[in-house]
Amino acid sequence: MGTVTIEIDGVSLEAETGSMIIEIADDAGMHIPRFCYHKKLSVAANCRMCLVDVSNSPKAVPACATPVADGMKVLTNSTKARIAQKSVMEFLLINHPLDCPICDQGGECELQDVALGFGNDVSRFTEGKRVVQDKNIGPLIETDMTRCIHCTRCVRFGTEVVGMREMGATGRGEHMEIGTYIEKSIESEVSGNIIDLCPVGALTAKPSRYKARAWEMQSTAGVSPHDCLGTNIEIHHRRGEVIRVVPRENEKINEVWISDRDRFSYQSVTDSERLTQPKIKKDGQWQTCDWETALTHVCDQLNNIKQSEGVENIGALISPSATLEEMYLTQKLMRGLGSHNIDHRLRQVDFSSQFEAPMFPGMEFDIDALEDMDATLLIDADLRREQPLLALRLRKSTRHGRVMSVHSGEVENNFKVSPNVSVPASDLLAQLQGIVAALIEQHKEVSAELTELFVDIKPTPDQQTIASELRINDNACLLVGQSALEHSKSSHIRWLAKTISDLSGCAFGELTAGANTAGGYIAGALPHRLSAAEESNICGWNTQQMLQKGLSAYLLMNTEPELDSSYRDAARVSLLKSKFVVMMTPFAKGEFLDYADVLLPIAGFTETSGTFINVCGEWQSFTAAVKAKGEARPAWKVLRVLGNLLELDGFDYVSSQEINAAVKERFESTTDARVGHFQRPDSLESGGEKPRPLSMYDMDSLTRRSLCLQMSVQGQDNWRRDQIEHLVASQSLPETESPDSLINLSASSAESETASLQESSDA
Amino acid sequence: MSSEDPKRLTTMISAKAIEEIEHWRSKYPADRKRPPIIAALKVVQAENENWLSEEHMKAVADYLDVPHIAVFEVATFYTMFHLKPVGKNVISVCTNLSCMMCGSDKIVEHLQSRLGIKLGETTSDGQFSLKEVECMAACGGAPMLEASEIYHENLTPEKVDSILNDLGWEA
Repeated sequence: MGTVTIEIDGVSLEAETGSMIIEIADDAGMHIPRFCYHKKLSVAANCRMCLVDVSNSPKAVPACATPVADGMKVLTNSTKARIAQKSVMEFLLINHPLDCPICDQGGECELQDVALGFGNDVSRFTEGKRVVQDKNIGPLIETDMTRCIHCTRCVRFGTEVVGMREMGATGRGEHMEIGTYIEKSIESEVSGNIIDLCPVGALTAKPSRYKARAWEMQSTAGVSPHDCLGTNIEIHHRRGEVIRVVPRENEKINEVWISDRDRFSYQSVTDSERLTQPKIKKDGQWQTCDWETALTHVCDQLNNIKQSEGVENIGALISPSATLEEMYLTQKLMRGLGSHNIDHRLRQVDFSSQFEAPMFPGMEFDIDALEDMDATLLIDADLRREQPLLALRLRKSTRHGRVMSVHSGEVENNFKVSPNVSVPASDLLAQLQGIVAALIEQHKEVSAELTELFVDIKPTPDQQTIASELRINDNACLLVGQSALEHSKSSHIRWLAKTISDLSGCAFGELTAGANTAGGYIAGALPHRLSAAEESNICGWNTQQMLQKGLSAYLLMNTEPELDSSYRDAARVSLLKSKFVVMMTPFAKGEFLDYADVLLPIAGFTETSGTFINVCGEWQSFTAAVKAKGEARPAWKVLRVLGNLLELDGFDYVSSQEINAAVKERFESTTDARVGHFQRPDSLESGGEKPRPLSMYDMDSLTRRSLCLQMSVQGQDNWRRDQIEHLVASQSLPETESPDSLINLSASSAESETASLQESSDA
Repeated sequence: MSSEDPKRLTTMISAKAIEEIEHWRSKYPADRKRPPIIAALKVVQAENENWLSEEHMKAVADYLDVPHIAVFEVATFYTMFHLKPVGKNVISVCTNLSCMMCGSDKIVEHLQSRLGIKLGETTSDGQFSLKEVECMAACGGAPMLEASEIYHENLTPEKVDSILNDLGWEA
């Protein structure tokens, strides 16, 4: 691509051929008003707001749809441009209601801003404004379709970015409406982004509607706690209350999008019942107490059990979405006590290759490299459910590249997948072995041992295709999905995947559970390794052993093993049977009320500082946006005090940054040599099974307690509906209202609002 | 996402109609799924007493493997598609710029008073429906209307009367 020189408002600028005037102006920080143009969407050029004056053109031209040419002279503020922009603004305001004071978008509305700059103070239009019936499109997005200016950003987002066309423009001319035509809820798991895209108040966030004005809120940068990408978010809060969560642009990770659970899961910390004081169970009754009593009680009990049953009967389970600091201190506490029973791998079933695992499982290439892949193999990955934003990224690659998938169970992708091999979990190994066999056939230099191992396997045509696509394309990768790790033969799957990557030369990536599996590995929240993968001379029990064989005492760090782990029933039994369970949780209600003995209130999402390490190994630290509720304290502080009370060494940290620095120092002094590589097994394995994967909004304690997510279409799909409803019902809802009646309520209120709008326009 | 049976349409309309849709579909490249929507909707409407129900539109979408909304968009854009039951004769009267300037208001008024219905309504005997439509590319003969797929141009109230008489309107 060559470059040309253009001039905008007298400033000379270099521009790539083929780029549009508006892009060059944006890069140079020169503002051209616009509504329909968005850098991540196709050019529609239908709002006409960006009309500019270009030399030698008799009429003003749209800056978003006019490619640059050498020597072009653009004036964004000449009389011609000004008249054109003012005229467009006048047309847009013909039908747009002028009731900004009662509109939720007021104060952060693109139309409002542009009208201030380009609108007239008096309208020449005296006819009645058109009124459009609002649509109920689900519990996440509120509609005010009379405000819609038909920029079609939401429609293009669905078509181009998500690949699910749910919104459209029906009708014609003055009767054109944006919507779904029939009453239906939006099903996409990234639908909330249309709230940000909408330049006016037509689409606003339902849960945070009318809660605060844009200028009243403060913003704190955060990192989403739901998946291994480390999606960047901004937390908007007012007077210590989180109001909403919006995306923070990071081209390397989440571009400008976030998934619905990133956006709406904050509801669990703002709306569900929170644990605000420590509690101790006495004679089966929960009694509130102060911190000192609770922590002394915990120390006494742990010491007692250590004396009477031995320290190997104490264990800690940690949420894979706990922060690096929480993970590090929890394992330090347990190891200080003398126990190596520590794990954050709650969904893992097969631990046989844990000594061969890398420093941390993850992707060997950047997230943004995914969109340039010419061939991608997904191994038991359900991206839309597990890492929704990765699905959007990969979808981009299908414009030129090919995505192939081998998976167990039902997986619905929002892009074309071919071959798309769906098999029972027990056949997954055989499928991957077929691909390896195909690669061995196509390859010339393969070790005799490997060839020998696969000599009996005859690849199918699909397997041949997958093998050759991965081998031929330079830009190729494979991704082992999060749920592949839940397979009972996941060690063999990982070895096969690694072998496919080695033989084909494609890049290797593993997707992990929670927001901080990498952090869990690096912090040493593992039974067999200390922090920074230092070898431990004692190997403690893993999740499976702790929950199936049972322990006398458990420390649960922000996890509900009966829901979070792959050992639900065993977890229930073991936890009920054990003598002492310490639950560190931000929540007041849950099944843990039955099995726990002490509840320690910890700061929830948005309330604690910490660090998540994403799947590519990127360390992202964040600060607390708001203070924790009641007497709840950040978990790292609780662990620090607990460590000191237990008279353990090295618990004198005064900030989470100090803990982070300690881990980082250890991490940086490590060499890769310490870490093993997957070993070739003596024989090929077969069969295996997988627990039913968790639903999208059942993956952690936050999504489970977010009322709006549970009411959404994806939330209704939860197969553990009864348990979820139990959790959601514990929120402060009026008793008579089931979630269903809430949905209806919101629908009827939408109607009455339309009615009142109609009245006002009639008047 | 819609995962309804793509073959559902075949149980809703005749085999001959399906054949006709296939005829139109074959005219476009296989990876272009949206072009045959108009033709398919016309065929389905003709088989269904001249109107399209939501179910029909969804079935067409599933049959052509396009999102439901893509069919809704087409069906609501073109005034030749009727989204609720209509009478035996549909009178589509243009009120766009050229026709309006040549007196379509009077024509509409006359039609409404003769038929005793408003725009968008159907006579109680189910014989006539009156519909306001956008430009039908006959501005040279404005004002104009279309009745049973025949254009009538340069309308006057008298001419409208004779059209109605020809179509069998008694009242």
